[in-house]
Parts: sequence; C-alpha cells; structure tokens
Amino acid sequence: MKHLRSIDELGVDGLVDLLQLTDHMAEINQRPVPKVPALRGRTVASLFFEDSTRTRLSFETAAKRLSADTMTFNVSTSSVNKGESLRDTVATITDMGVDAFVVRHKSVGIPWQICQWTKASIINAGDGAHQHPTQALVDCYTIREATHAQNFAGMKIAIVGDIKHSRVARSNIQAFTLLGASVVLVAPPTLLPPDVSHWPVTVSHRLNEVIGGVDVLYMLRLQSERMAQGHVPTLREYSEQYGLTQQRVQALKSDAIVMHPGPMNRGVEMQIDPSDVKNSLIHRQVANGVSVRMAVLFKLLGSGSNLGGQA
Amino acid sequence: MSKSLVIKGGTIVNRDSQVIGDVKIENGRVVEVGKNLKGENQLDASGCIVSSGFVDLHAHLREPGKEEAETIETGSRAGALGGYTALVAMPNTDPPQDSVAVIDFVREQGKRAGLVDVVPSGCITLGRQGESLAPMAELATAGVTLFTDDGNGVQDAALMRRALEYAKGLGVTLAQHCEVAELTKGAVMNECSCCTDLGLPGWPSIAEELMVFRDIELVRITGASMHFLHLSTERSVELVRAAKRDGLPITAEATPHHLSLTQELLASYNPVYKVNPPLRSNADIQALKDGLRDGTIDAIATDHAPHPRRDKEMSLDMAPPGMLGLETALGVVLAEDACEIRDVVALMSWNPAKIARIDDEHGGDVIAGANANLCVFDPQLTWSVDPERLASKSINTPYIGRTLRGRVRHTIFKGTPTVIDGQAQR
Repeated sequence: MKHLRSIDELGVDGLVDLLQLTDHMAEINQRPVPKVPALRGRTVASLFFEDSTRTRLSFETAAKRLSADTMTFNVSTSSVNKGESLRDTVATITDMGVDAFVVRHKSVGIPWQICQWTKASIINAGDGAHQHPTQALVDCYTIREATHAQNFAGMKIAIVGDIKHSRVARSNIQAFTLLGASVVLVAPPTLLPPDVSHWPVTVSHRLNEVIGGVDVLYMLRLQSERMAQGHVPTLREYSEQYGLTQQRVQALKSDAIVMHPGPMNRGVEMQIDPSDVKNSLIHRQVANGVSVRMAVLFKLLGSGSNLGGQA
Repeated sequence: MSKSLVIKGGTIVNRDSQVIGDVKIENGRVVEVGKNLKGENQLDASGCIVSSGFVDLHAHLREPGKEEAETIETGSRAGALGGYTALVAMPNTDPPQDSVAVIDFVREQGKRAGLVDVVPSGCITLGRQGESLAPMAELATAGVTLFTDDGNGVQDAALMRRALEYAKGLGVTLAQHCEVAELTKGAVMNECSCCTDLGLPGWPSIAEELMVFRDIELVRITGASMHFLHLSTERSVELVRAAKRDGLPITAEATPHHLSLTQELLASYNPVYKVNPPLRSNADIQALKDGLRDGTIDAIATDHAPHPRRDKEMSLDMAPPGMLGLETALGVVLAEDACEIRDVVALMSWNPAKIARIDDEHGGDVIAGANANLCVFDPQLTWSVDPERLASKSINTPYIGRTLRGRVRHTIFKGTPTVIDGQAQR
C-alpha cells in the first residue's frame, strides 16, 4: 500500500487490516512510554491548507510515537494561498527528503494530483467534500471497540445532517457498508447530493422516524454558511428537525451509540451536552485518532519490523 | 502572377457533387477543376477529401491579454493545421472586444499572421458585464456580424430582449453562452452521480436549458437571429429542434469534446477535463449526434480554449475551464463516426461560414472562380496527439493518448498553402 486517499481505494481487506493494526497501536499507547522506533529516520510532512485541530495534532502525535521526524507546512505563513504553486510547494518539500505527505485541502482531488509531483506516500486528511479516510477508520475502530463486533453485519447506522458537503459522510458511507452495516442518510433534500440512487444506502428526511431503530446515530456538523446558501431556512429550524435533543435521546434504543466527528455545533446539531448521553463515543473518537493514524503511517512507511522495541 | 498550384487526385466534395479530380489554383482563386491538370507546383491529394476550408465559430485566441496561453499567430497556426481558413475570435479578451479599437487590433493581428482569416466577434454588453449594451452599431460598422458575451450568458432577460431588438435593426446575429449563473455557482462538472461521489458542486443541465428556452422565446417575439454556442444537453437539442420547426431564425453549434467525452473523466481529478459547459452523459452525446444528423445542430465549433500549464495544474475547483480544439477537431469528429463526410464538411465549413456571414470568402463549392480557401484531409488516417508538437502555445488537450481518425494534410489559404503534408509552412 503506497497511499491512503479514499476508503474505496483501500477496499474491505485493507480496511480490516488497518483496524487490526490499530489494536497493536492502542496497546503501545497504553504503555508508560508510548513510543516505538518503528519509523526512525522517516519523515512525515503535514501539508494543511485548511484549518484543523484534531486531525493535524493526531497525525503529528502518531508520527512522533513511531519515532518519525515531522515537519509542518503552515499555509498562512507560506506563499501558497490560491493553490497556484502547489506543484512547486510539493516539489520543494519533496527535495528536502520526505517519505509521506499528510494533506488537507479545500479542493477535491488534491491528494491524487499531488501524486504526479512527488514519489512520497500521500495520506488524505480531507479533500473538499470528497474523502476523509482516516476519520472513517477512526469511526469504524471506535464502533468496533464499543460493540466488540468484528464486522458490522446487521448493524443499522444513521448518518444525520449535511451529507452533501461532508467528506466524513462520503468516507463513512463507504467504510460502514464495506463492513456490512446498513446505512440510512437523514437530511433534508437540500443537504443531500443530487443523486444518491447508486449508493448502497437508504434515505430519510425525518429523524424522528428512524431514530428508534438505529444502533449508531452519527451526527454531522452543520456549518452556519449553509443558511446563507439557502440550504436551510434557519439554524433553529434545522436544529428542531435534525438536532439531537433530550427527547430524541429518550427515543434511542438503550444500547444505541452516539457519534460526532467534531467540531460540534452546540445548540445546532447537538442541543444537549454529549456527556448527557449514556453511550456517547465522541471522546473515544478523539482518543482513537492517534492509534488509527499510527496504524496508517506504519502501514505506509513501516518495513514490517517489530513494534515492540523501545524508542 | 503567382505560380499555379494543382491539388492532384483528391475527392472533391461539393454540395451537389463528389468527384475525383484535380483543382488548379492561380492568384488566390480556383481556376479549373478537372482531370490531368498541370501547374508549376503540385500537391498530392490521393485518398484525400478536398473541400472548402473549415470555419470555426468559436475560438479563444487570447490576444490581447493572455498571450501566455495563445496569440493570434499561434492560434492561427493551430487553426491552419486543423484545416481552418477562418476563425471567429471570441471577445473575452483583456480588454474585451467591445470597442472598435480592439476589434481592429484583433483583425490586424490576424492579417499580420496571415494564416487564416481572423473574424473578431463583438461583445453584447460592455465589458461582458451583462449590465449595458456594447456599442453594437459602431462595432457592426467596423464589420462585426456576430455578437456574444461568451464565457458568460447574458443573465438579465430584459437586457437580452433589448439586445435582440437592437441586433435586428443592425442585421447582426447574437450568439449566446447559455448558463443561468445562479444555478452554477462554484460548479466544476455536470450534476450527476459522479459529482455526488466526488463531492463536487454540479453544473445541472437545466442551467443551460432554461436560457435556451428563454432565448428561443425572445427570438420568437423579436424576430432577431440567434446562434446557440456549445449546446451540451439532450433537452437543449430538443428545444432547438422544436424552435427550428417553428421556423425561428436560430442556429446552433456543438463542440467536438461534447460529442466525444463524458463526465466520468472528471474522476481522474485532471483539470484538463474541466470545461464550460461541462462534459455530460452518454445520452447527451447521442442526442447531440442525432442533432448533427437531422440538422438541428448547424455547426461543429471548437471552443478552443488554451490555458497555460500552471493554470491547469491547479485544483479542479480553481483551474479555469476550457480545452484546446483547433488541431484535433476533425480527428475527433471523424473518429466518432457521427455522420457522413459530406455532413462533416457542411458542419465544419459550409454552415459556419454562413452563420459568420463570411460565405462570400469561405465555405463555397470548390469550382472555377471560387476563393481558394481549401482543406485537404485524409479521412482514414489514424493518429495520436503529441503535446510537444502542437502549434498552440498551450497543451491542455484532453486527447493525449487517444486515437483520432482523419487528419488534415494540406490547407490552402487565399491560394497559398499554409499546411503541406501536415506541416505548417510558417
């Protein structure tokens, strides 16, 4: 495996493989000194053209725990602002000796385009509304950890909110269905892509009608600019129709899981504090982020050597 | 007296005849068509079609303003290699072609290059801003017969109505880029299942069709003549077909890329496939081909849109739309096998010459007395594009790695060969 750009490219075997490798990484993270020499001498560059807190930090932490060197490319202090010199930027950093780029960009397809300009591995940390494969890995791992299920057959997962503009949704739909779950998308038609008839999902426009039957309720962030674009009339109206309220928490099955990729919009899609929900996995999602990204980096850059040594 | 030139042994395609023979040219005119003609210079045309030179209704030559992408000279050379003897230059230059000074400049640069007739089109609105009319009468006096804001559609229906009324008084044609801008904000590709997967904003067919419909109805009440640029959808073809059935003075064009490439190519993330209007579905391609065959679509026009390499190395959303077309148009159209050779000549020469109102110089039958603007092409020759050998200054062609069929062998412009055996003469 050379790159991780989409769940599609990974396939079900690659997905399961990475989830198993994540178990090893989670074990390392339990140690008093959570650091192994597996990627010593390797260099990982973060290339973030869009704001990110948890994804960037968890990649950098993951790289350091595997003893890789890291460099961070800060767009706000660089000459890149419209993507014009992306090729030069990538070529320049490649010349410094980089084994992998972790790339986030507002534009769809950038991780694929970059591959023409560097021999390094590319990890997609989010491209536009297209893909965010490590988030999907984190979410699958978190569900697996909570349910002890090796696959998701028979599991019903609702993804609620702005599917249209969500890379998290696109990656998770692929990942959840590859693992056997049945997925229902819950959103007003304006927040769904124009045509989802070829996706292996069902669609509902009413959260109240599906909430009682789901095993996993996956809430997406609603960005306030969607209102200005006419996708929803008001945030209040959206929140009433699709937000997680105390009443809706009551309607959930007793063992149903609640997830959110963050950052949360409290008062919009989350009208309650997640800690009020018995089975909220939102904090586990963040915690597992490091282990999953360690697995990805090791899979792409590791030589299969042992993970047991001390750094 | 210039030396006489004889084109030997080609199949001469005219409106009412198709014969194998020789064409003798002197002083910029065809002087004789027949057998065993002799001249001081000869060009072999065996196995080839000899027709009137091609006329492109839709070429972005980028000068003035974006000479990094193309100049009138390099675009003219690309045109000659594609069999063209006349190019209508689109007005989205910088400054735009909304003043007599710029129109004259473009025409003069065309003459200086001397490889094709460069026919400047004029803007419908000042600066292509869609707010107030360009000085259409002045531009018409300077020889402009085709007006368009191409790149933009005229959004304001009242302004478009006035433009058509005004154009009718001047006896000129308006050409519309049909796109309702509110429906295509940020759009990168056709709205389809593929854009759902990629998470890209879609450019829905309805954005084109709404404006086609609006303008057909505006033509109906104004009686002005109207040309539709680069039609791309099935429903647009149906609307134009019905309007023609009603006898409205409407013509339409389709591009080689909308006849040959589909939306799925965007999944390669390669901005070379980004074009406006976007590549669409197979059903749209079939509808466009039906339109070519039944006369709904009058012309094949390239929408030749050069962009420098660095612009097409941007992301899909940032990269400008457009692709090269002049050097590949014939090879793409013949490879698609959409219609008979005679129809191809009609679509690429006879009809567009009429729409651009240059049919006194171009697109006539190859007979004694005609202007010697001719194209000689081998309809069977298969070839592939070598980006290093393009005459265009840019290389943003989507046809690299594809097999094209049909290649221009010689192009004769005003009696002088601009291309011999596929090589530009200067």
